[in-house]
Amino acid sequence: MTHQRRSKDQIAALVAKDIPNGAYVNLGIGMPTMVANHLPAGLEIILHSENGILGMGPAPAEADQDFDLINAGKQPVTLLPGGAFFHHADSFAMMRGGHLDICVLGAFQVSATGDLANWHTGEPGAIPAVGGAMDLAMGAKQTWVMMDLLTKQGASKVVAQCTYPLTGLGCVKRIYTDLATLDVTPQGLKWVDAVDGLSLADLERLVGLPIAA
Amino acid sequence: MINKIAASVEEAVGPVADGATIMVGGFGTAGIPNELLEGLMRVLHDGSARNLVVVNNNAGNGETGLAALLKTGRVRKVVCSFPRQVDSQIFDALYRSGDIELELVPQGNLAERIRAAGAGIGAFFSPTAYGTDLARNPDGSLRETREINGRMHVLEHPIHADLALIRAERGDRWGNLTYRKAARNFGPVMAMAARRTVASVHEVVELGQLDPEAVVTPGIFVSQVVQVPRVQTQGGGFKA
Repeated sequence: MTHQRRSKDQIAALVAKDIPNGAYVNLGIGMPTMVANHLPAGLEIILHSENGILGMGPAPAEADQDFDLINAGKQPVTLLPGGAFFHHADSFAMMRGGHLDICVLGAFQVSATGDLANWHTGEPGAIPAVGGAMDLAMGAKQTWVMMDLLTKQGASKVVAQCTYPLTGLGCVKRIYTDLATLDVTPQGLKWVDAVDGLSLADLERLVGLPIAA
Repeated sequence: MINKIAASVEEAVGPVADGATIMVGGFGTAGIPNELLEGLMRVLHDGSARNLVVVNNNAGNGETGLAALLKTGRVRKVVCSFPRQVDSQIFDALYRSGDIELELVPQGNLAERIRAAGAGIGAFFSPTAYGTDLARNPDGSLRETREINGRMHVLEHPIHADLALIRAERGDRWGNLTYRKAARNFGPVMAMAARRTVASVHEVVELGQLDPEAVVTPGIFVSQVVQVPRVQTQGGGFKA
């Protein structure tokens, strides 16, 4: 049975809806960056960028691009009124010190106990690069993941144990995917929602792990 | 009279010894001190220094700056968090052919290890990377770990340098510095961690002209300041 998968924008919108007013949030490079486009108007949600920005705003018009003002993906951004710049040790103190409320990261795999693998495939010849992923995953008060539920080959990316190199142990609290949203609890995976027509039993079969209703 | 303003980039960078550790500020292309790197290469060209260790967040973009330095073959090892970029072809080739060592460090541990060097900290315990491949030594052995307040931590040592090359915005003859936007990134902590710190600035101002409340790097951390022309900020780096 095939289901209508959520688009990346639809997943981003679901993530954005769950971010509370006043939160300090870091959006990882790749798919999580799209969450910024869906933050509800009228709320004040302060975006942090690892390279020393709080109060990051949207991309500027091309003529106003300033490459001294870029995000973690090295794309030009803007600074909102009230925003601030700071050096790298302070920026990562905001993560490690538990000051950042939420970070949203992409993932290769997440385990049922919240282990995250998102920095390295471990393939021979692959050049490893970690950036701020490990600091974010362990440092933010809540780490949320945004990814497709299944690989192109149809294998679940939510797994009993990660086979890819780990980014952090037991750090993921919630997983947003194209087919369902899951919470990671001390008791295991818990159903939050799923696309139309996908039952709990279907989801358990896809993931191959027990999921609490 | 203290005057840290150097007449030229080469004079500011000065001689570099064999095996020296050189910190280079910047994140992607923001804050990369390209003029100082070009000066460094001219200094290296006239000397015999090899086996250099370079500390930067990345491992060079395109064919200029840090990438060009790697291409000279004088760099033995790169310490960084994110070498892979859309245009990191020079590092990629050296790494794949086994001609350069890589010490991959999570970005926050990298910043804090640099800060710790500048602050005289012997070593520190960080929760970042616990339980991962980056909590291992180069020989594969596990680093020392400790449970503190119910949480596991990994022992991290400071990164000291012989020379730091950083890009700032304004400076005075005492070496006080301000930065521009997110080009600040690693500059302030690298300035603290090196025996000798050289800052390029776009404007040299008289003592007292920098607002003392707004000085980011106090001159005690800076050895030399050199003025370079302001150029358009440049793109480059990771693309999704």
